[in-house]
Amino acid sequence: MVKKSIHDINSKIRDGSVNVVTAEDMVHIVGELGAEEAAKEVDVVTTGTFGAMCSSGVWLNFGHSEPPIKMQKVFLNDVEAYTGVAAVDAFIGATQLSESQGMDYGGAHVIEDLIRGKSVHLRAVSHGTDCYPRKIIDTNLSLDDMNQAIMMNPRNAYQKYNAATNSTKSTMHTYMGTLLPSFGNVTYSGAGVLSPLSNDPDYLTIGTGTRIFLGGAQGYIVGQGTQHSSGGGFGTLMLQGDLKHMSPDYIRAANFTGYGTSLYVGMGVPIPILNEQIAQATAISDAGVTTKILDYGIPSRDRPALRDVTYAQLRSGCVDINGNDVPTSSLSSFKRSRQIASELKEWILRGEFFVSMPVERLPKDVSAKPMKQTEGIALVSDIMAVNIITISKDASVYDAAKTIMDTEFNHLPVVSSGNTLVGIVTAWDISKAVSQNKFDLVEGIMTRKVITASADERVAVVARRMDQNSVSAMPVIDREGHVIGMITSDDISKLFARRS
Amino acid sequence: MKIKISISSDVVTKPIMAESILETGILLNISQAHFDRSHGEVVADVDEDRFDIMCKSLTNKGAKVTKLDTPIMWDENECVECSACVSVCPTKVFSLDDDFSLQVDESKCIQCGTCVDMCPHHALSLGNNS
Repeated sequence: MVKKSIHDINSKIRDGSVNVVTAEDMVHIVGELGAEEAAKEVDVVTTGTFGAMCSSGVWLNFGHSEPPIKMQKVFLNDVEAYTGVAAVDAFIGATQLSESQGMDYGGAHVIEDLIRGKSVHLRAVSHGTDCYPRKIIDTNLSLDDMNQAIMMNPRNAYQKYNAATNSTKSTMHTYMGTLLPSFGNVTYSGAGVLSPLSNDPDYLTIGTGTRIFLGGAQGYIVGQGTQHSSGGGFGTLMLQGDLKHMSPDYIRAANFTGYGTSLYVGMGVPIPILNEQIAQATAISDAGVTTKILDYGIPSRDRPALRDVTYAQLRSGCVDINGNDVPTSSLSSFKRSRQIASELKEWILRGEFFVSMPVERLPKDVSAKPMKQTEGIALVSDIMAVNIITISKDASVYDAAKTIMDTEFNHLPVVSSGNTLVGIVTAWDISKAVSQNKFDLVEGIMTRKVITASADERVAVVARRMDQNSVSAMPVIDREGHVIGMITSDDISKLFARRS
Repeated sequence: MKIKISISSDVVTKPIMAESILETGILLNISQAHFDRSHGEVVADVDEDRFDIMCKSLTNKGAKVTKLDTPIMWDENECVECSACVSVCPTKVFSLDDDFSLQVDESKCIQCGTCVDMCPHHALSLGNNS
C-alpha cells in the first residue's frame, strides 16, 4: 500500500526531488511497473486540454467614471456584456455576438484582444440616479486599466464529448464544425488520454479549490460545472483565473461558420498520486475513453447515437460508419493539450506550482435534466390545414390558375396518377408561365424539388426549414409521399401570436 | 499542376476547353467549375511539361489562364493545429504528422473552399494567384 499526503508531495516540490510525468507518460509507466510501483515512483501526473469551450467569459470591473454611472447596458467593441450587478461590473461571455459585425466578432474576440494588450471601446448607458448621475459613457480601456479581469467559466473541460456526424443530404454548419452530407465526416473534441477528468473519474483529487493551469496562468476550480453529468461520464468544471496573467497561446477566439463565436481555452489539472488507486486511474489511454457518435442531422435534443467509439479510433483518422471509412477531425488541439501538460509539469519541477487537495469533492452520479417545457411542444399535425386541394401533373396551366382563384390557396401540391407528390405550383409560377406565353401542362411549369414536412415533426424545426429554403408553405406528406396537409408561414405566425 | 481558366461572358457559351483538348491532345482534369452571368472559372490539373501548349491554345480562344502557385494560404500564427480541416478536404491536403503538427500539401488543393469555412481560427484562405 502506497500512501502519500499532499504535504509530502509539496515538500518534494519545494526541495526539488518531486517526480512529475504527463498523463501520456503515465500510461507506459503503469504498464511497465504496475500501479503500486508507479505510485511509489511518480508524485504528480499532469493533464491538459485545449479546445472550444463556449461556456466561458470574464468578469470585469472598469472603475468609476467622473461623475459616476450605474451601467444598465454595456458594450465592449459593440459586444454586449451583462451588467445587472451593481454599477461598473460586467460579464463578457464568449458567444455573445457583435451588434454590428454579427458572427464575425464576439465576446471571445474581446477577451483575446484584451489579452493581446489591445484596448477595447466601452460604451455604457444608464437612466441616471441621484447617486450615479451620468447617463452615458464612451471610453477606451485595455486590460491594465481594469481593476479586475477574472475569467469565470461556468462549464469547461468536459470529461469527454460526443462526436458528431450528419445523415442528411445537406451540409450542416454546427458548433462541431462543418458536417458533410451523408456521413461525409466525423468531428470530435476532447483530449482523451490527457483529459483532466478522465484521468480522475472518481474525482478523488479534483474538486473545489484545486489549483490548475488556466490560459497560461495559475487558476482554480470553483466546483462542478453547469450541466455536470458525472453519472454518464460527462463531468464538467467551473473554473476561474486572472485574465491579466493569461497568454494568447492558450486563450483564442474562434468562429464556427453558421453558429457563431466560441473561445478556445487551454487548461490542465495536476493529479497528485497519493495511492495506487489514483495511479491506476491516470493510466487511462485514448483506447480507454469511449464516447458516442451522434447524428446531428436529427434536429432534436436526443440525437440518436450511431455507435460507440474510443478516442483511439477517432484519433486514427477514420472510423467505420455503416461499412464506410469516414474521415475524422479533431476540433481541439492535441498538440497544444500536450504542451499544456508539459508546461504544467515544468512549473511543478521548477517549484513554481504546488498541488492542493479540494475543499469539496465534485458530485458523483448526478445527471443533467432536460428543460421542463410548460407550453407543450407544437407538432405540424396540430396546426396544418387538412382540407387541401391538389392538382394533377397532367392538368393544364389554365386549370391550375382557376383552382387557385376558386380556392384562394396560393400553393398547389402537384400529384401523379398514384396521388403521390411530384411537384408544387404557385400563383407566381402561373404568372411567370403566362408572361412567357406558356400554356402547356402543370408538369412543365411546376417546381420539382419540393420542400416538405411530416405530420409528427416539431413546428420549430419546420419553421427553420421554411426559412432556410425561402418558402412560405410546405406540403405535409406521409411515408408513401401522399399529401395529407399543408403548413404555411401564416399558420406558424398564428400559433405564436396566440401564445403571446 | 493546377491552373485556373477564366472565361469571359462573350466566349462562355463556346466549348473552348473541349476544342483545346482535341487540338492539343493534352488532357485536363477539371476539379472545380463556377459560372455566372458575367464569367466562368474552371480549376483543372494539367501536365506541367505541356502547360505552355495548353495555355497558348486556351488563350487563343479567348480564355485567361493562371497558374495556381499557392492555391491555399495557411496562417501559422492563427492556426492552433486542431485538425478541423482534415476531414472536410476532398483531396487530402491536410494531415497530422506523428507529433500532431499540421502538414499542408498545397499542391493537392483544388480551391473548393470547404476548409476555409470549417477553420475555427480564420487560418486558411484561398490564395491570390499569379
